Amino acid sequence: MQNEVLLQMRHIEKRFPGVLALNGVDFTLRKGEIHALMGENGAGKSTLIKVLTGVYQMDGGQITVEGESISIHSPQDAQNNGISTVYQEITLCPNLTVAENMFIGREDGAWIKHKTYEKRADEILNELGIPARSTQQLGDCSLAVQQMVAIARAVDMKCKVLILDEPTSSLDDKEVNMLFKLMRDLKAQGVGIIFVTHFLEQVYEVSDRITVLRNGELVGEYLTEDLPQVELVAKMIGKDLDELNNLGETEEKEVKQQEVFYEASGLSSSDAMPFDFSIRKGEVNGFTGLLGSGRSESVRAIFGADKVTGGNVRIKGKPVKITRPIDAMKNGIGYLAEDRKRDGIIAELSVRENIILALQVMNGLFKPISRSEQEAFADEYIKVLNIKTASRETPVGSLSGGNQQKVILARWLLTHPDYLILDEPTRGIDVGTKLEIQKLVLKLAEDGVSVTFISSEVEEMLRTCSRLIVMRDRHIVGELKGADLNQTQVMKTIAGGETKDGEN
Amino acid sequence: MKRFKAMAMAGVLALSLVLTACGSSGGSGSSGNSGSSGNAGTAASSSGELIKVGVVNNPPSESGYREANVNDMEAVFSEANGYELKTFYSLKNDEQLQAAQGFITEGVDYLLISAAETTGWDEVLTKAQEAGIKVFLFDRMIDVDESLYEAAVVSDMAKEGETAVQWLLDQKLDTYNVVHIQGAMGSDAQIGRTGALDAQFQAGTMNLVVQQTATWDEAEAKKIVESVINSGEDFNVIYAENDGMAKGAVAALDEAGITHGVNGKVIVMGFDCNSWALRELLAGSWNYDGQCSPFQAQIISDIIQGKRTIDSKIIINEEKGFDATTITQADIDTYGLGE
Amino acid sequence: MAKTKKKFLSGGLGQLTIPVIAIVLLVIFNLIRDPSFFSVGISHNNDGNIVLAGNLISIINGASELAILAMGMTLVTAACGGQDISVGAAAAIAGSVFVKVLKSSPQISGGKVLLAFICACIVAMIFGSFNGTLVAIFNIQPMIATLILYTCGRSIAYWINGGATPTVSSPVINAIGSFIPGIPVPTPVLIVIAMAIVFKLLFKFTSLELFTQSVGINGSAARLNGINSTFIKLLSFIILGVCVAVAGSIGVSRLGLINHETLLLDVEMDTILAVAIGGNNLGGGKFKIGGSIIGAYVIQTLTITLYAMKVSSTDVKAYKAIVIILLVVIGSPVVKQKFGKFMSKFLENRSGKAVKGAA
Repeated sequence: MQNEVLLQMRHIEKRFPGVLALNGVDFTLRKGEIHALMGENGAGKSTLIKVLTGVYQMDGGQITVEGESISIHSPQDAQNNGISTVYQEITLCPNLTVAENMFIGREDGAWIKHKTYEKRADEILNELGIPARSTQQLGDCSLAVQQMVAIARAVDMKCKVLILDEPTSSLDDKEVNMLFKLMRDLKAQGVGIIFVTHFLEQVYEVSDRITVLRNGELVGEYLTEDLPQVELVAKMIGKDLDELNNLGETEEKEVKQQEVFYEASGLSSSDAMPFDFSIRKGEVNGFTGLLGSGRSESVRAIFGADKVTGGNVRIKGKPVKITRPIDAMKNGIGYLAEDRKRDGIIAELSVRENIILALQVMNGLFKPISRSEQEAFADEYIKVLNIKTASRETPVGSLSGGNQQKVILARWLLTHPDYLILDEPTRGIDVGTKLEIQKLVLKLAEDGVSVTFISSEVEEMLRTCSRLIVMRDRHIVGELKGADLNQTQVMKTIAGGETKDGEN
Repeated sequence: MKRFKAMAMAGVLALSLVLTACGSSGGSGSSGNSGSSGNAGTAASSSGELIKVGVVNNPPSESGYREANVNDMEAVFSEANGYELKTFYSLKNDEQLQAAQGFITEGVDYLLISAAETTGWDEVLTKAQEAGIKVFLFDRMIDVDESLYEAAVVSDMAKEGETAVQWLLDQKLDTYNVVHIQGAMGSDAQIGRTGALDAQFQAGTMNLVVQQTATWDEAEAKKIVESVINSGEDFNVIYAENDGMAKGAVAALDEAGITHGVNGKVIVMGFDCNSWALRELLAGSWNYDGQCSPFQAQIISDIIQGKRTIDSKIIINEEKGFDATTITQADIDTYGLGE
Repeated sequence: MAKTKKKFLSGGLGQLTIPVIAIVLLVIFNLIRDPSFFSVGISHNNDGNIVLAGNLISIINGASELAILAMGMTLVTAACGGQDISVGAAAAIAGSVFVKVLKSSPQISGGKVLLAFICACIVAMIFGSFNGTLVAIFNIQPMIATLILYTCGRSIAYWINGGATPTVSSPVINAIGSFIPGIPVPTPVLIVIAMAIVFKLLFKFTSLELFTQSVGINGSAARLNGINSTFIKLLSFIILGVCVAVAGSIGVSRLGLINHETLLLDVEMDTILAVAIGGNNLGGGKFKIGGSIIGAYVIQTLTITLYAMKVSSTDVKAYKAIVIILLVVIGSPVVKQKFGKFMSKFLENRSGKAVKGAA
């Protein structure tokens, strides 16, 4: 069964203004296989998927399903041809119920049979072990559950080809395992699954075959068992691995006893329980914990992103009041939000405008940065951070996820913060950019900037942070440093095996 | 419809100012009571007994016309003039009927009615007659036998138009090239003021250059006239169905350097007799202004006090039309609406 | 140089394509219908001044209030993702205040006109901030929030002058509403130019444009970047208030008369249409004031064209609606996308043929 070709894409071409996003890419999916599609940001993975699902129209090439040539002009066409997708970013409607989201756009008749759908939805949710009720508003569910509802929707569409675009980036381990079990079940039923992810371990855990793209071109197709992880990374970033290894080795991380930059006691917000926290000049620390543990909420409280309800804050020993983002910014704090699309980019504005935004806000309404200065700043950071964009005037929304993230990083770096909070800066981003960001964080720390770094990949945090604050159920349950900074200890603390100092 | 009417009569928002203007020198801002209509009521008040009058009318908020009408009633039938006035205002016929019933029970001497609907009044009017109460209709007719009321004082919109057109014919121009700016289509005032002119166009005595509705909007009227001027067509009469639109038309003429008014190239005609419009007449800048009178109170008061005899049960309220060559400041003080 | 030109064509003009094409088509249509339609003549007005006259002047002059309101409306639309439907009623209020102050004493001097205008401005800004508060602080949909003033605004205007339609006549007022002696261009046109310059300077010397667009495109992100979106939204309504006061004062000055029932009647719909025809997204975000101004002239050209064709003004609205539906549909993202595809295919075929031909 594994050799029966299900889907074949040949010489796919896709052009965007100024960019050749796909240049004659071939892709073959067989029945009952899990096929990982790998590549850096801007390699063309998302574009290829969007061509396949009818979001984009290809400019050249051919698609066949089970030997028959098909043309896909709309997501509806794709669905009719048995191709279903779960996207990287959630594309459901938060103000509809779970059941409505699962059945929207594919009602059999004009009448929506609510009861029937709700019953059916509950069955599927139960089957997949998704902790949601069919009558719940989707927006009330956590990001992870929303993602799983999206998967459930696709699964229920009796698809031949299931595309999972970064499905695991907002799931915790348990949920990932649940998903993998489901993927294997579907595979056994003969469904071909295209799996797009940045988590290498997951690729090796679940996939049968790997296709690697780079810069819109096909690098090659490999059996997973024949391709060592290191080689995969090398093929993806197209350079040798010294750099990768080097970064791993710079684990000196001497904890310099610099002055305390930021200090909070009993800080709480509408979303965060009271907590104490401090960070020294040039220190990199991290907040970790499962989704919903309150790590994002805590750093948001530091920045004044949610309504601050209590606590004392000192910066360099002096008491300050931070209740709004602008207060934090004026005190030298920058914050890269977790949800890039919702809280980060201003999609329709240009790269230039997005980069200078925070600095402009700090300058105020009446001191605009001149156009030439803006351009100079934009050019500088496009170069420094290696942002891939057609021009500085390109709308930032048309950039790939990783480059969008770099634009937001540039925005904050431009304000020359003393303390930078990065909430999931590497989420949904290719390996190369991840490394770049990690390096940047370490370099910032060297220059005396305090950094709080949050990532769902513990590995990444261990590599960059000299101190990890562990949260569980909206409380700080431990603080790890030095010898304790290892995967096992982190897992133990998260799981609640033993609690360390710093518990509230 | 209501809105149209409101707009139609927007220029007639006279408040009590009108009434003070009627009698005395025309000070402003007085309320109904203080403005004395001078020529009425001394006889009644000398006897010490007040004449009880019940008025059933539409509410003043209905239109500017109604507001002037209500204020006129309240000023004429004032205590100073020897009346005790009871009023009731509603747009609903059945509420009006009940109120009329109430007035009969209270024992008024006269019942004055401007009904919301023309039907349903037989019973009440019969009761009034039985009780010896004399009934006057004003502004609007009611569908009942003539014997049930003393007199009806009403306006005739069509006649207003005819008066204006007759005035225009009397000017004996060689040719009449008319720019006709209409009010909101379908409103009573528009229908009345358009009819007579349309008859002339059909008869061929006057040429229609353009006929457009500006829906009582001054600025729109200006645009319409501008467009005629720009097209280079010749015209010598502007017939605007209210003062505001006439003013808009004149603004367009002024900008284009076309003379108007007495001795001007273009004859300007307006309606409503706002004081400011009459002053334009006095200055010779316009030629004619016509009016649909909201003032019926004085006629009824005169009949009550025996100063006027009833020749015919239906009294058509005299519609004024003013000519720039004959208008006087006294006319403005007496008939002009507003300040 | 070539590069900037290309950028201008692709980026700068993109949004303005539809309104510019619309106005060009209207001009061509009129020139075919009547070659002298746009001829501008010089004549003397009744005050003895040399003035320009003709349909072109009528269009540009007549669209003044609309253009000014469209500028402010663009800002509100961009920041709040909705429209203010009370501009006509608010203009009636501002105009009434303007007249009320002018009539407070018999003498009308230039200084008094200025005072009257400032009063009108203040009142319009107060009403603007009332709308703005409902929208920015209480998060009410702009159309719903402004429905309140839309409904009661003209009643308030009625009350200001006691229900009368007072007139003012003064050379100063005449100069504002018509012509300044010695200048042949209608004053309202000059005021539009002045307002456009004010907006241009506002965007040059403040970051209002960037902040407004940020708030309109992504309010959440704007907030996390320290932008006070409540203030920006409120400010957009207050700026619209100034536009309303200017438009109302012009409207009054044109005829020296305030009729609270008809002053700028139904102008809100034309204003919103001007913004839409100008290619601005009615859902907020990126905007071009220039587009809205062109939109205002498109609407006015259409009106004057229909008047010149002696279309009954009752029917004018229907014809206007047809043309406007066409414009808005053509300007919609769906059609734009389809057209873009068609064009790229077309160009491809052409270049393909050219290559073949060369070979």
